[in-house]
Amino acid sequence: MRRFLPHPLLTLTLAILWLLLVNQLSAGHIVLGTLLGWLIPFVTSGFWPEAIRIRHPLTLLHYLVIFLYDIVRGSFHVAYLILLGPARLRPAFVQVPVMLKTDLAISLLANTISLTPGTVSVLLSEDKRTLIVHTLDTDDADAVVADIKQRYEVPLKKIFEEGID
Amino acid sequence: MIDILLSILILTGAIFTFIGSLGLARLQDFYTRLHGPTKATTLGVGCLLIASAIYFSIREDGISLHEVLVTLFLFITAPVSAHLLGKAALHLKVKSLAATPEQENDTPPSPG
Amino acid sequence: MLMTVIPIAYALVSLAFLLSFWRLIIGPDAPDRILALDTLYVNTLALLVLLGIHLGNAIYFEAALLIAMMGFVGTVALCKYLLRGDIIE
Repeated sequence: MRRFLPHPLLTLTLAILWLLLVNQLSAGHIVLGTLLGWLIPFVTSGFWPEAIRIRHPLTLLHYLVIFLYDIVRGSFHVAYLILLGPARLRPAFVQVPVMLKTDLAISLLANTISLTPGTVSVLLSEDKRTLIVHTLDTDDADAVVADIKQRYEVPLKKIFEEGID
Repeated sequence: MIDILLSILILTGAIFTFIGSLGLARLQDFYTRLHGPTKATTLGVGCLLIASAIYFSIREDGISLHEVLVTLFLFITAPVSAHLLGKAALHLKVKSLAATPEQENDTPPSPG
Repeated sequence: MLMTVIPIAYALVSLAFLLSFWRLIIGPDAPDRILALDTLYVNTLALLVLLGIHLGNAIYFEAALLIAMMGFVGTVALCKYLLRGDIIE
């Protein structure tokens, strides 16, 4: 099973991507998509050392809802600050300590930070312990860090890394 | 009804695209400029793509969902581009309004 | 309704083009210019999608997809160049 289907989630994702790309739902394309979804991870399995395991699908769903809501909120926030003008901004660099271990979880955290209100992640330290984040308008760096940790990092830890230490 | 929804989506999308570029042109230093295109422009184009998906789903038979693909792609790549640009700017020590964090050694890690 | 909104949207996206282009010209640093270029790619995407809705032709979508991909790869390559002084190691 592990040998012939190394990444079941990736297979599913690739099949769905193929169907979206051809933009039609015919039997032939479902077969072709599944075949591609199986073949591509099989051929490139050297690049994917470990399979992704999602431990709490419901938490992931909840996380996605928060994420989408924060994208909209973040865009309105940035739009408001831009229209208000540059004079009022209080930009700062904030160092966020990261407790996540896996690369996928860290990159998801960084991407989430970049799309949510007032923050863009700019640098991950080489030991993958600190993420440097640029905030557009803050005077309380600790509150930003606490918010990121509580809102995004805790659920990500639960979804991807429960039981890993 | 659908017409009004489409109009609102297109208008919102265009306004956010405009505000993103306005931020790019108006703000003072590179790191604050990074915020506008990353968030506002991405959501703006996302709105336009969703409007396009709804429009073609109604006009032609069957659902047109391939716009979702571009939207997803954009939402995955925009923060990656922003992260790399920020990293490059820190590496080049671009002028910043905020105090930049201490740079450790700049030696690149071994490739692989 | 839709046909009155689309010209307004064209105007707004074109203004976005001009503003990004302005940033591309004045710089002042290399990352600023790359950011402006990246924004121009995304603006082109917006314009193509609008054109697709306006003309009712889905063919522009393929171009939009390609521009999105090439834009991302181009931005990453330029950033890599700034970071390492080399693109392919």
